[in-house]
Amino acid sequence: MSGPASRATRGAPLVLVVPAALAVLLLAVPLAGIVTRAPWGDLGERLASPRVTQALSLSLLVSGWALLLSLVLGVPLAWLLARSRIPGKALVRSLILLPMVLPPTVAGVALLQGFGRAGLVGDELRLLGITLPFTTAGAVVAATFISMPFLVITLEGALTGLDVQFEEAAATMGAGTLQTLRYVTLPMVLPSLLAGAALTWARALGEFGATLTFAGNLPGVTQTLPLQVYLLMQEDPEGATAVSLLLLAIAAAVLFGLRGRWLGAFARRR
Amino acid sequence: MTAPRARRRPAALRLLLSALLVLPLAACGSGGGSGPGDADGAGAGADGGDTALTVLAAASLTDVLEEAKPLYESERGVELRLSFAGSQELAAQVREGVPADVLVTADSTSMDGVADRTEGPVVIAENELTIVTAPGNPEDVTGLADLAREDLTVVLAAPEVPVGRYGQQILDEAGVRVNPASQETNVRSVLTKVTLGEADVGIVYATDAASAGDRVATVTIPAAQNVLAEYPAAALSEAPNPVEAAAFVSWLRSDRAVELLETAGFRVP
Repeated sequence: MSGPASRATRGAPLVLVVPAALAVLLLAVPLAGIVTRAPWGDLGERLASPRVTQALSLSLLVSGWALLLSLVLGVPLAWLLARSRIPGKALVRSLILLPMVLPPTVAGVALLQGFGRAGLVGDELRLLGITLPFTTAGAVVAATFISMPFLVITLEGALTGLDVQFEEAAATMGAGTLQTLRYVTLPMVLPSLLAGAALTWARALGEFGATLTFAGNLPGVTQTLPLQVYLLMQEDPEGATAVSLLLLAIAAAVLFGLRGRWLGAFARRR
Repeated sequence: MTAPRARRRPAALRLLLSALLVLPLAACGSGGGSGPGDADGAGAGADGGDTALTVLAAASLTDVLEEAKPLYESERGVELRLSFAGSQELAAQVREGVPADVLVTADSTSMDGVADRTEGPVVIAENELTIVTAPGNPEDVTGLADLAREDLTVVLAAPEVPVGRYGQQILDEAGVRVNPASQETNVRSVLTKVTLGEADVGIVYATDAASAGDRVATVTIPAAQNVLAEYPAAALSEAPNPVEAAAFVSWLRSDRAVELLETAGFRVP
């Protein structure tokens, strides 16, 4: 098993190594730029300023709600897609993939035309007393729209890959569908669920375009960290770099936390 | 029959997901949208029709410069590439060394901020602020004082961009305290939020209101309360095409350009 693998590594041809190295540089250099150009001297001071802490706590609030909504709505959806025989599954799956490949500003335009005051269901929402544009709730909806697919797709993949004999065994012992889901299925896909949740949360934390277009920009209400980076870049590039470093550190921490889960999942699969 | 496929899919998806996760980080820096390769080619191509000039202009100049573009291109035989954004954003792009020839901002502060990278700015136009509402002014907005009303959704521009700074200045001087629903990142977004019906009222340039035609109603701000925004234009010191850059800046003060500017609602000093 290790013989052919190590031979392949030793004989890696240049024609593959060069583009691969360029790919790594393409990704690494900009991030190294943030790390080296960040104003390390007064970094603590900058990140502790009221403006940044306000945007940070709003970002945590918005991304936390987006994750919660994604779990509450996305876990049932993933289960239905993987286990049920509802018609139009392919269509629903494409619909879920769409926000992942759509430019977020387009998502923002779509959200305005759908859920805005003058949008498709604007009047209905107003009757329910719900206004989304320019509100924190609107920022949560934008972040959920963009990030929920990560949870649904990850979880659906795990559920599809799961051997159904465990669930069938539970059923033969008299467990209902919901009991099986709660005590058999979900514990077995827990690593994937956690990985999907982490990706979802990180994507919600980084949401920019849909939030700016749909929810607007107001400190303390809709101005999350990425929006603040964008505005800071116009008058205080050093400040923007400092906040970018914070977001980069959070993203790196999420990936670091995920690493173990992913390796674990792959190892078990083999 | 589907079992092998189903087993492969999660692994492929994981790779896709990890790639997508990095995208938002990369999305934060916006480019100027000009092709440096083409600009180089233009330098070699002498004064044929293949010369290109990149102009960074304040968002409020969108309509008038789009209208001027075909006129100038046929008159001068160069290709105009127009890039519109908030003035502060443009100034930030210039500080980052964007390959462009001319900068036109909607305030002197943004232009002064890049004084070491421009060649003697000249004021080519002036603009006033005005209040815009939905067509027919359904909320009966009569002046600045109405912007303090709790029942109205007011959208202003962010204090980081000139129109936001001017707007705050006139509201302060009028003693009106406004709780805006949003501080948009440029004046066109303010106008859009009003034309879409998402906001009841906003403050924009007179020229933006004019460009929206009957999609908005305007409520004039009296001259005593208003400010006059200056639009300085300058060739950039690092312009790939310095001769054409200077020619365009002086053209902006020609009779033809003045006529276009005045039709669009600008004042010309």
